[in-house]
Amino acid sequence: MQLRNTSSHYGLVNIVLHWLMAAMIVGLFGLGVYMVDLDYYDRWYNKGPDLHRSLGMIVAVLLVLRLSWRCLNPHPQMTGKAWETYAAHRMAQSLYIVLFAIVISGYLVSTADGRPIVIFNWIEVPAVLSLDLFGDINRLEDKAGLVHKWLSYLLMVLVSGHAMAAVKHQVIDRDNTLGRMLGLKSRR
Amino acid sequence: MKRLLVRCVFILTALSWNTLLHSEEYIIDTEGMHAAIQFKVKHLGYSWLVGRFNNFDGQFTFDEKRPEKNQVTVNIDVRTLDTNHAERDKHLRDARFLDTAKFPKASFISDGYSVINEGKGILTGTFTLRGVSKKVDIEVIHVGAGKDPWGGYRRGFEGYTTLHLSDYNMAKANTLGPEAEKIEVYLSVEGIRK
Repeated sequence: MQLRNTSSHYGLVNIVLHWLMAAMIVGLFGLGVYMVDLDYYDRWYNKGPDLHRSLGMIVAVLLVLRLSWRCLNPHPQMTGKAWETYAAHRMAQSLYIVLFAIVISGYLVSTADGRPIVIFNWIEVPAVLSLDLFGDINRLEDKAGLVHKWLSYLLMVLVSGHAMAAVKHQVIDRDNTLGRMLGLKSRR
Repeated sequence: MKRLLVRCVFILTALSWNTLLHSEEYIIDTEGMHAAIQFKVKHLGYSWLVGRFNNFDGQFTFDEKRPEKNQVTVNIDVRTLDTNHAERDKHLRDARFLDTAKFPKASFISDGYSVINEGKGILTGTFTLRGVSKKVDIEVIHVGAGKDPWGGYRRGFEGYTTLHLSDYNMAKANTLGPEAEKIEVYLSVEGIRK
């Protein structure tokens, strides 16, 4: 399989990015829902959020890589009726926009008081909206937290729609939509 | 003319006596922020976590002759809780603890004052937090009073009290451990006489 996309197939880079991000994003959602209800004395009380912040920042990097790769590569032809390809485009756009908003709001929760985010005790991501730079935004962490939470639920709704549409195309229309994101050749 | 002058002096003296007999009214100087509401809670039982409420306002009266008439009212914007850690503050403001979206205000309204000795007393009153009102005693110490350099008159107190997390219906309060159940509160107020 080649690295780059063609007008009919996804390349390896796109496929790896897609599934890696899919796994991380669904995992981050689960971890997020789980960690916010942990009791103070739970072993995961600090580890959960540390992992969530670290993985979240890595998703942010992957997101930028993914969009850059998308700009530099041809996009495989979409299949289906006109409204279906229109909806698929809108869905892809929404996923990117919501993802960016979630990543940014999550970053703002953790950096609201000027503290950096440390990815796996390794790379420090500085707080840019720190107190001395933009002035004290009243309870930024609360506002960003609400955005982060509700957009994450919205994202899961979008992801479900996106996944169901892919399965529908694979199983009912048999147009290999899901298969080509798995690197499979069409059987027809 | 002389009689008028005498009468004027008499009335003025009477007026000033009147003000002396009446209690003095003070506004807590939160504008210049010569006041603070701080709290500390044991962390795991190993150290103190210190925080404060940044926004509040209040007033008090002071009657030297009849101290039992002293009255204090303080309103606190609970949302301005500040423990110098945004994520923890967010967590404490959350519905599991203070639920500040639903209960943004806390208040203390005193209904009695008893003198222990000169400059020291117990202020009794109702403290309302998270929609729950509880009787609270605050140990009060008079710090000082006098003219300020800018033409005003000020008077200051400090106060100590202990609150209990379990009193205020917080869903997750018990998960913080038994040592975190007690909250030590320190108040410092300076009033500017009206």
